[in-house]
Amino acid sequence: MNRYPLWKYAILLVALLIGVLYTLPNFFGEDPAVQVSAARSTVRIDASTRTRIEQSLAQAGIKPLSVIQEGTSIKVRLDSTDTQLKAKDAIQRALAPDPNDAGYVVALNLLSKTPSWMASVNARPMYLGLDLRGGVHFMLQVDMKAALTKRAESLAGDLRSVLREKNIRHAGIERNAQTVLVRFRDPAALTAARAVLADQFPDLLVAESADGDATLVTATIKPEAGRRVQDQALKQNMVTLHNRINELGVAEPVIQQQGVDRIVVQLPGVQDTSRAKDILGRTATLEVRMVDESTEGRAAEAGTGPVPFGDERYLDREGRSVVVRKQVLLTGENLTDAQAGFDNQTQEPAVHLTLDAKGARIFRDVTRDNVGKRMAILLFEKGKGEVVTAPVIRSEIGGGRVQISGRMNTVEANDTALLLRAGSLAAPMEIIEEMTIGPSLGAENIAKGFHSVAWGFAAIVAFMAVYYMLFGLFSGVALAVNLLLLVAILSMLQATLTLPGMAAMALALGMAIDSNVLINERVREELRNGASPQAAINTGYDRAWATILDSNVTTLIAGVALLAFGSGPVRGFAVVHCIGILTSMFSAVFFSRGLVNLWYGRQKKLKSVSIGTVWRPDADGAITKAE
Amino acid sequence: MEFFKIRRDIPFMKNALVFNVISLVTFVAAVFFLFSRGLHLSVEFTGGTVMEVTYSQPADIEGVRRTVAGLGYADVQVQNFGTARDVLIRLPAQKGVSSAQQSDRTVAALKATDPNVTLRRVEFVGPQVGEELVSNGLKALAMVVAGIMIYLAVRFEWKFAVAAIVANLHDVIIILGFFAYFQWEFSLAVLAAVLAVLGYSVNESVVIFDRIRENFRRYRKMSTVETIDNAITSTISRTIITHGSTQIMVLSMLLFGGATLHYFALALTIGILFGIYSSVFVAAAIAMWLGIKREDLVKASSKREGDPNDPNAGATV
Repeated sequence: MNRYPLWKYAILLVALLIGVLYTLPNFFGEDPAVQVSAARSTVRIDASTRTRIEQSLAQAGIKPLSVIQEGTSIKVRLDSTDTQLKAKDAIQRALAPDPNDAGYVVALNLLSKTPSWMASVNARPMYLGLDLRGGVHFMLQVDMKAALTKRAESLAGDLRSVLREKNIRHAGIERNAQTVLVRFRDPAALTAARAVLADQFPDLLVAESADGDATLVTATIKPEAGRRVQDQALKQNMVTLHNRINELGVAEPVIQQQGVDRIVVQLPGVQDTSRAKDILGRTATLEVRMVDESTEGRAAEAGTGPVPFGDERYLDREGRSVVVRKQVLLTGENLTDAQAGFDNQTQEPAVHLTLDAKGARIFRDVTRDNVGKRMAILLFEKGKGEVVTAPVIRSEIGGGRVQISGRMNTVEANDTALLLRAGSLAAPMEIIEEMTIGPSLGAENIAKGFHSVAWGFAAIVAFMAVYYMLFGLFSGVALAVNLLLLVAILSMLQATLTLPGMAAMALALGMAIDSNVLINERVREELRNGASPQAAINTGYDRAWATILDSNVTTLIAGVALLAFGSGPVRGFAVVHCIGILTSMFSAVFFSRGLVNLWYGRQKKLKSVSIGTVWRPDADGAITKAE
Repeated sequence: MEFFKIRRDIPFMKNALVFNVISLVTFVAAVFFLFSRGLHLSVEFTGGTVMEVTYSQPADIEGVRRTVAGLGYADVQVQNFGTARDVLIRLPAQKGVSSAQQSDRTVAALKATDPNVTLRRVEFVGPQVGEELVSNGLKALAMVVAGIMIYLAVRFEWKFAVAAIVANLHDVIIILGFFAYFQWEFSLAVLAAVLAVLGYSVNESVVIFDRIRENFRRYRKMSTVETIDNAITSTISRTIITHGSTQIMVLSMLLFGGATLHYFALALTIGILFGIYSSVFVAAAIAMWLGIKREDLVKASSKREGDPNDPNAGATV
């Protein structure tokens, strides 16, 4: 009765082999490496880049272990951290000599020493969380209200120009928070405007009301359009963050969406945290608007008059006030590139901008109509606007190539270009959570987590072996298999291991032994009640199974709740906790039974089993002594 | 080896009232401390900045406190973290100042007094995140309670479900009471530990209830009280050994896990100790007082009589 058919042993063996295969990569360690990737989408990583890297290394007298191209990056494996730093310098000199305008990101990285055949079956080590390897973690909240306000503003601008084009007379367009308000006095114009709105502005929900002798049309952004705006804002902000982080040179940045309006950024291994915060924290948005050159505008600029209706007043870097129109002509969305350079004729420092097709068209129209006037480029940081530059338009500019020059030195030109180039955010963001973990702390955390698991495991196995003898040893082996499978599954899922995750691993082992204790106690009890050893093993396992299932389900309910509502560290804990419960059912019941069956199952006339003392109250002695 | 040489069933239920009075007193004390002292919530819940700095020599905590307070913070906490050289500084959230500026300024001020200080970790949490965590934590708790009750009600009976949940929620309150009384830091990790303990100590009640059900089927002549006593007596060795094993692991975390895992392991320790007590004495007693009967369980599982896996199939006396 205590024999498994061959196929059951086969399953056990296969599970064990897969477990070993996927656990092993975690033990190979890592080689220092230098990773080269493109900083801009226009830069390509190909065989010629690789040759350049190899040449630069040869010139510096560095022999890399290997140079491999993986997707859009080239990884150079090196033998020590010393050569790693030298190699980084050499490659940087060859590929990206100008830190302000680097086409490539050259970053330090670590590469697993896992043999390539293992990697080819996706047997890779687990990712280590930031708390284990050091780095920076940010959670940013995107100000969606601002994104909607901005969308409403640009819709109001569109509406204004369409009405003008079609010669529909209105009595004023304004934006109030996220709504666009238009007044019409002429019923014919109202009818025409209705058609225009229905036709060209599908995103707007229109309501009409009487307002004195005029009709007030209130247009709000439809909910689904609003969601789309928010979605796009989030995506664009993520792209922008990507660009900014590229300037930092991080090998494997993580930029993820969390919820509807949050972005998580993790920069593993970053040591210069203040620079990271500096670059990321520059949560700026870019807008191009016209300067109000009317007399009222000038008066407001000089501080002698109120700011005219439809205008806003901002300060430039020197603290001079500039009065600009509320209407936004262009945003950072339309800007594809910005470079610092020099004016061809005057040799003054300048910033060269490249606009996309839509931006170029708008820019041409605007400049044609406004030669001799000033336009302002504004940068918004946390809701506070600043005029970066307010140049005079000298002539119509077509083709999307714009040059800003005058009143700038080289450093300022570089700064401005960097700010413009790093893209602009569709909506402002604010850091709402931040964590910085030094690299030494990460290494300590690994050691602490590892020691907790190792010593706890050893103590439990020792206790089980003493208390339950051979059955205890079987339980210990089952527990080891549990750990193996747990690590294997986590590696297979490419889960991120954190310190709470390691704590969950320790706890999972501590709880998993429960199943084996249940079984062993049950077997002892059957023996105490006078069952034959074979029958005792059989009934012991069978009866314990129902209890094990019940108790694991309740534990699993708690784990799933943590998974559903936890975030960050709690999630890491919950994932390991849940997987640990599942693997424990396999190993503690199925695997340990397999071991017991293999050991005892064939013996027909089994007289005793090694499960420690089976004490009987009536005989006051053991019927089955330990061997 | 055998630790438990028990000749006769221990009359646990005779003393049920005593155990429950003890429980009630502990519970009331825990609630009292929760309200009078409140939980010392970590920065994850309250919002603010936590910095961990390390010195090359044992740090002068008072000096650090003076330096940081000199920057104009009203409510600054400075304490040792793990070793004498590591210092944990908690700053309240400040309007208009980013955490980066906060930590940079603090480090600069500390460097001015002792250049050997290095920053190991900075954690900043905005106030809105904290509010969310509290509400998500409560949701998780509600989901665990509801899930476990539904499962137990389906698998056993509603009386068991109520008994198990009352007993184990009382564990949770007691853990929180300890954290309130000693003003230990209540962090996200501790919250995870508390919920894990809830799931874990329900295990205990499940094992005993399982036995009660089995005994109801097997020993038709036993009274309910005898049945419960027998169930607890026959599972007590397993209860102690299991919890002992889990505690070994937790102890290992307490010893080797360092300051980060300290309160996590502490919460588990309290949870495990009270878990044994409450599921053995409180849960079973409440189930008894709710009036569990043989008919409730045997009838409910009459369909399973034909189940070939049921070891008791056909075993009638």
